[in-house]
Amino acid sequence: MKFVDEFRDPAAARALVLAIKDLAADDEYKFMEVCGGHTHTIYRHGIEHLLPQNIELVHGPGCPVCVIPMGRVDDAMWLAERPDVIFTSFGDMMRVPGSRGSLLEAKARGADIRFVYSPLDALRIAVENPTKHVVFFAVGFETTAPSTAVTLVRAKELGATNFSVFCNHVTIVPPLKAILDSPDLRLSGFLGPGHVSTVVGNRPYRFVPEVYGKPIVVAGFEPLDILQSVHMLLAQLREGRCEVENQYSRVVPEEGNPQAIALLGEVFELRPHFEWRGLGFISQSALKLNDEYSQFDAEVRFDMPGIRVADPKACQCGEVLKGVIKPWECKVFGTACTPETPIGTCMVSPEGACAAYYNFGRLHRETALLVGQSSQ
Amino acid sequence: MCLGIPGQVVEIVDADAHLAKVDVNGVQRTISVRLLAQQGLVEGDWVLVHVGFAMAKIDQHEADLTLDAIKMMGQSYYDELAAFDSTAIA
Repeated sequence: MKFVDEFRDPAAARALVLAIKDLAADDEYKFMEVCGGHTHTIYRHGIEHLLPQNIELVHGPGCPVCVIPMGRVDDAMWLAERPDVIFTSFGDMMRVPGSRGSLLEAKARGADIRFVYSPLDALRIAVENPTKHVVFFAVGFETTAPSTAVTLVRAKELGATNFSVFCNHVTIVPPLKAILDSPDLRLSGFLGPGHVSTVVGNRPYRFVPEVYGKPIVVAGFEPLDILQSVHMLLAQLREGRCEVENQYSRVVPEEGNPQAIALLGEVFELRPHFEWRGLGFISQSALKLNDEYSQFDAEVRFDMPGIRVADPKACQCGEVLKGVIKPWECKVFGTACTPETPIGTCMVSPEGACAAYYNFGRLHRETALLVGQSSQ
Repeated sequence: MCLGIPGQVVEIVDADAHLAKVDVNGVQRTISVRLLAQQGLVEGDWVLVHVGFAMAKIDQHEADLTLDAIKMMGQSYYDELAAFDSTAIA
């Protein structure tokens, strides 16, 4: 077993789709997939067109690149353009536009900006370049934050003095609450974020059924995972149950990864509030380095401008992130805003709803419209 | 970003530094297994790899159960259909 192909079996998918159609009958359902990884799978494999038309999948806020506001990108650029700094970032963040262009453009102008695959690569660059200061642009939900934590623990062990982190780690529960509190959306249930849950487990989602009365199924990332999770949500609704279920049990233990959670506590603390693109300020929704690690905090180390800029007017990333509009309903989608020249963050990351839809989904949709199979 | 890929541990490179070599679709790379330090990883184990870290050990038994459940869901639909087909009100 390789844990990929088995979960892409077309025959099993066909049978599941029939079972889903049967279970859904004629009622209307709207499920939000919280995680950008799910959005990517859904468009890449054309899952929205396999499902009956009365089941709508709505894309959620779980794309860590997409939720970073423009001001933070400008701050990153300010750091990256310092002559004494080597700035390191995941590839995804390189094309995200700030108000003065992207990191990729700054790199073309001569700033020393480097892609890294892992935060540990950034630390290695710091060790190899003792005369420079290396900053790592940390983004990501609870999935990614533990890797930054391990890197910081390692930096402390090594006594690194030329390494710091520009921390933009965010947490998944506060934006979920914000969406549940928003009057814009009427959702029937949620596909829960599988990889965040490898760290936090299933318990943090209990408020979704208990407070808001919505079912949530923590879902894996292969096509059969998504289809099975939709089936599990429908079964809950049909049977009058409302609970947290775990479809992705091969990877997600009930209690998550206690060691990773302990490491997060060792290195980070909650920020009182943090700005999210499209969602505004959300209290206690992001992480910063705690006092024990403040020597590695780029925001402490450098006198950063703390730039705040409004999102570009034409861009409707905020509404896309909240699931209020579909990517193709944005005014600039596919015309002024494309993966080559993105205006908004959702068009940048492969997990962004707009990029996923631009690269994969629109072809399925155009074909479906052509043969009259879909109204979406 | 949040994408994680399954990889198989082929070698524990340095147990003290929590480094292991994993194979993802034939490509091998050394990653940190510090987040799974208490799980006693051995060669042959499958892990979920994310930004150079093993995030979770993949549970073969649970994977089998999930696939069985998926087959059952499909099968029960076909069974129901067959039952529907074969019955008639006299």
